[in-house]
Amino acid sequence: MNRVPINLNVNGKATRSDVEPRQLLVHFLRDTLGLTGTHVGCDTSQCGACTVHVDGEAVKSCTLFAVQADGASVTTIEGLAHEGRLHALQEGFWEMHGLQCGFCTPGMIMSAADLLAHEPDPSEEQIRHALEGNFCRCTGYHNIVRAVRHAAEANARGASSEPVVAADD
Amino acid sequence: MSDKYFGKPVKRVEDPRFITGTGHYTEDMTLPGMAHAAMLRSPYASARIVSIDATRALAQPGVLAVLTGKDLLDAKIGSIPTGWLLPDLKTPPHYAIAPEVARHVGDVIAAVIAEDRATAEDAVALLDVELEPMDAVALGSDALAPAAPQVHPEAPGNVAFEWEIGDAAAVEENFARAYRTVKLTLRNHRLVPNAIEPRASMAQYQKASDEFTLWTTSQNPHIHRLLLAAFVLGIPEHKLRVISPDVGGGFGSKIFQYPEEVIVLHAARKLNRPVKWSARRSESFVSDAQGRDHETVAELAVDEHHKVLGLRVKTVANLGAYLTTFAPAVPTYLYGTLLNGTYRFPAVHAHVTGVFTNTVGVDAYRGAGRPEATYVVERMMSRMAHELGIDPAEFRRLNFIQPDEFPYQTPVALVYDSGNYEPALDQALERVGYAELRREQEEARARGRYIGIGFSSYLEACGLAPSKLVGQLGAQAGQWESAVVRVMPTGKVEVLTGSHSHGQGHETAFAQIIADDLQIPMEDVSIIHGDTGRMPYGWGTYGSRSAAVGGSAMKMATAKILDKARRIAAHLLEAAPEDVVHEDGKFFVRGVPANSKSFFDVALMAHLAHNIPDDMEPGLEAQHFYDPKNFVYPFGTHVAVVEVDADTGRVKLLKYVAVDDCGPMINPLIAEGQVHGGIAQGVGQALLENTVYDEQGQLVTGSFMEYAVPRADDLVQFDIGHTVTPSPHNPLGVKGIGEAGTIASTAATANAVIDALAPFGIAHLDMPYTPERVWRAIQAARAQTQQAADD
Ligand code: FES
Ligand code: FES
Repeated sequence: MNRVPINLNVNGKATRSDVEPRQLLVHFLRDTLGLTGTHVGCDTSQCGACTVHVDGEAVKSCTLFAVQADGASVTTIEGLAHEGRLHALQEGFWEMHGLQCGFCTPGMIMSAADLLAHEPDPSEEQIRHALEGNFCRCTGYHNIVRAVRHAAEANARGASSEPVVAADD
Repeated sequence: MSDKYFGKPVKRVEDPRFITGTGHYTEDMTLPGMAHAAMLRSPYASARIVSIDATRALAQPGVLAVLTGKDLLDAKIGSIPTGWLLPDLKTPPHYAIAPEVARHVGDVIAAVIAEDRATAEDAVALLDVELEPMDAVALGSDALAPAAPQVHPEAPGNVAFEWEIGDAAAVEENFARAYRTVKLTLRNHRLVPNAIEPRASMAQYQKASDEFTLWTTSQNPHIHRLLLAAFVLGIPEHKLRVISPDVGGGFGSKIFQYPEEVIVLHAARKLNRPVKWSARRSESFVSDAQGRDHETVAELAVDEHHKVLGLRVKTVANLGAYLTTFAPAVPTYLYGTLLNGTYRFPAVHAHVTGVFTNTVGVDAYRGAGRPEATYVVERMMSRMAHELGIDPAEFRRLNFIQPDEFPYQTPVALVYDSGNYEPALDQALERVGYAELRREQEEARARGRYIGIGFSSYLEACGLAPSKLVGQLGAQAGQWESAVVRVMPTGKVEVLTGSHSHGQGHETAFAQIIADDLQIPMEDVSIIHGDTGRMPYGWGTYGSRSAAVGGSAMKMATAKILDKARRIAAHLLEAAPEDVVHEDGKFFVRGVPANSKSFFDVALMAHLAHNIPDDMEPGLEAQHFYDPKNFVYPFGTHVAVVEVDADTGRVKLLKYVAVDDCGPMINPLIAEGQVHGGIAQGVGQALLENTVYDEQGQLVTGSFMEYAVPRADDLVQFDIGHTVTPSPHNPLGVKGIGEAGTIASTAATANAVIDALAPFGIAHLDMPYTPERVWRAIQAARAQTQQAADD
C-alpha cells in the first residue's frame, strides 16, 4: 500500500514517518513509535483506553488516522511527567489507589488531565461526567474520582509531585 | 513478626509502571521476525463447513499460511478438555478450529498467519468459505424442548448433565407443614466479562531445542501449560514455558484455555517464527467465556414464627456450545452448595440441568456460581419478607445462623467454619441510616417519588480449595498453592508464587506479609509471578484464593526461612536456637540485644557457609505447598438505595453501603478497591448489562455500543465498612475479598428496585432494570389496577 509522509511532534520530540493512510493514530503510536502506554480496549471508540492529547485536547487516538494528525503535537502518557516529576494526576492515581490492572489508567489520566485543564476544581459529578467516555472494569470509579480530586487539590496547593526516577525504582 | 505493614494501606509498588505507561501487557510485546494471526469466525450460530478455499488469501503478498480445522486434526492436535468432571457429564470435543461444524457465532473456522496484522485481517476477508447454516438454539430452556436443534450428537436432548444436591424428601416434608410459601421464576441473565484488556497470545518456537514459549493473558499460567501440553498439543510439559506478564483484568475470563493459544503455538512451530494474536473487542464478545445465564424456579417456605423451613430450587444452566475449563463446576458445586446463605435453612434441595446451546461457552465470571446462588437466596428472602409484611432486615436477622453454632453444617454439603452475621447487618443499617431512610421513602412515595431499599446478607465460599475435597467432587486439578522464598546473600528476598496478579496488587500485599515476618523493609522483597519458567508449580488466581491460599503458602515458607535463620544465628552467637529471639530485625539471645546478628549477617553466612552447623545445608531458600483445610467463608450485608422514575422507568443508584467481613485485611486500600470494583460489576448486572442472543443465536449485544458496561456517571461513591472474623484454619486468618462485592451487590440492587416498585403491586421483575423494562412493568401494573377498579 502507498505510504504518506507525516510530521508529528510526540511528547516534545519531532518525528517524521511514512504511514499507510489507513493506519490509526493509536497504532502509529504503539507499533511505529513503540509508545505502548496508550492502549486499545475496543473497536467502537467507546472505552477511552487510547486517549492521548492532540494539540492539547484529549482525543481517542483510535478515532483518528495518523495522517489526520499530520503537523500536530501529541502527548501520550509517557510524556505526561514534566521535568522528571510525576504529573499531579499520576500522583493522585497512585496515592488514592485509582488503578488496579492499570489497563484503563493511561487513557483515564489523559482524559482527567483534559478535565483539570478546563476545570481545575471539579465536583464529583463533573468528574464522573467528564470520564464517562473512559471505561474501567476494575475500580468501580470510586478511587478514580478520589484520585482526580487529589490532583485538583494538590494543584491548588501548588504541591510538587514525586520525581519520576523515584517512581521507577 | 512485626506489624509494620500488615493491615496498613500501603501504596502499591506496581503502580509506577502503570501510571507512566510502562506496564508490559502481552499486546505490547514484539519479537524479531514476528508474524500475526487473524481468525475467521463463524457468522452463524450453527453451520456446516462445506469448503474452505484459501487460494485468493494465500496469493496475497505477506500471507504466510492458512490453517483449518482439518490441518489441526492432521497435525494430531487434540480437543480442548474441560477441567471438571461430573457423573455422566457429556464432553463433546472442542477443537481449536472447528473441523466440520461451527457451533456458535465466533467459533473459529480458519486462521490466517501473515507478516502483519492488517495483512492477516485483509486475507481473512479473502477466504472463500462455503457454510451451510443450520437451525440453532440460544436459550437454555429452548434447548431442552423436544424438537430443539441438537448442538452435539454426543449430548442427546442437549443435556450436558443433571445434578442435584440436598434432601428432596426433607424439603417436601417441610413444605407440607409450611405457614407460608413463595415461589418465583428467576432469570439470571448472561454477562460478558469485558476485562478492558482484550485477550492476546504470542508464541515462540526454538527449533534447535524443540522448546516453546507462550506469552498469554492468563490468570493461571500453569493450568494453561498443563492443558496445552498434556492434552491439546502433545508438547512435553517441560518444553513449554508459559508467561503471563501484566494482565489487564480477568474476572474469570482469563482462567480458561482458549483456541487462539493453540493456534499461535501450532503456527509458530509450523512457520518457525514467533506468531502473535490479539483480540479485537468484537472478537472478545464472541469468544471470551461468558457468565451466569440461569433460568430458575425457586420456592421458599416459612413457619408461623417466620423461620425458614426450606428452599427448593430448580435451575437450567446454559453452558453454551462447549464446556470450557471450569464450566461444569460453576452451576453445580459453586452454586448449589451456596443456597443456604447466612441462614438456618433446615432443608434445601437444588436440581440443575446443564444445557448445551449455540452460544459462547459459559464459565466462571467474578463470583462464579455464588452470585447466582446469592441472587436466588436473597431475592427469595426479600420476597418472603414482603409477603409476610415484615421488615426485610429483621426477617434476615431472625433467620441468621448464630455465632455459637459454628462450625455449621448446612444441608448442602458445606461446613461454615466461622461467622457472625448480625454485627455486619447492624453496621450496614447504621451506615445507611435505615430508620430515617424508611421515613424518607414513605414521604417520597406520598409525593410520587419511588425510592427502594434492598438488602443482601450474603455469604460466599472461596479460597479454592481443599484438594482432596474438590477431587471427590470432580476437579481434575489440585487446588493448593505454592511459594518459594529465596533469600539472597545480601539479604534481599525474592518470593515466587503460583498466584497471579491481574489487578489485585499482589506485588504489594504479599510483600507486606513477608517483610513483616522477616522484619525487613518491604523494598527488600520482590514478588515474582506469572512465569512457569521461574515459579514453582501453582494453580493461579481465581475463586478469591490468592491471599487465603497463596498468601498462606508464603507465610509457611517464610516460617521455614525464619527457623533456619534462627539456627544460623544461634550458631554464630554460640547459643541454643530456642534461646534466640527475633526482634526489630535482629537475632539475639533473649535479654542480650547488644550482641546481635542482622538478617543480612545470617543471609550472608547461609550463602558463604563458612560457619554454619555441620549438619546444615547451605543456602537460605524455602518452599511450601499449602493445601487449605476448608474453604473460607466471607460474608456481610450490602444495602442499595435506588430511585425509580415512574415516568421514564429510569433507575438511579442513590446510595450503596457495603459491610464485608473478609477477616483481617492485609492492605485495606487494596481490599476496599476490590469491593468497589465488585460492586460496580454487580450493580452493572442489575441495572445495565445484558447479553442478548436472538432466536437464530446471533449475538445482538456484540459491542460496547449495545452492551452497557457501567460508566463513571452510572455509579456513586460507595460507603464501605468492615467487621473482622478471622478464618480459624489458615495462618493469616484471611478470607477472600475479590468476588464478594459482585456476589452481594446484584441481589441488593435488585431487591432495591423491587422495593421501589412495590407501590405498583409489582412483586418481581427480571434484571436488568433498563428504563424500557421498568417502564413497561409500571404501565402493565397501572393498567391492571385500572382494570380492577373498572370491574
Ligand atoms: S480503543 Fe479507542 S476508545 Fe476504545
Ligand atoms: S484499572 Fe483495570 S480497567 Fe481500570
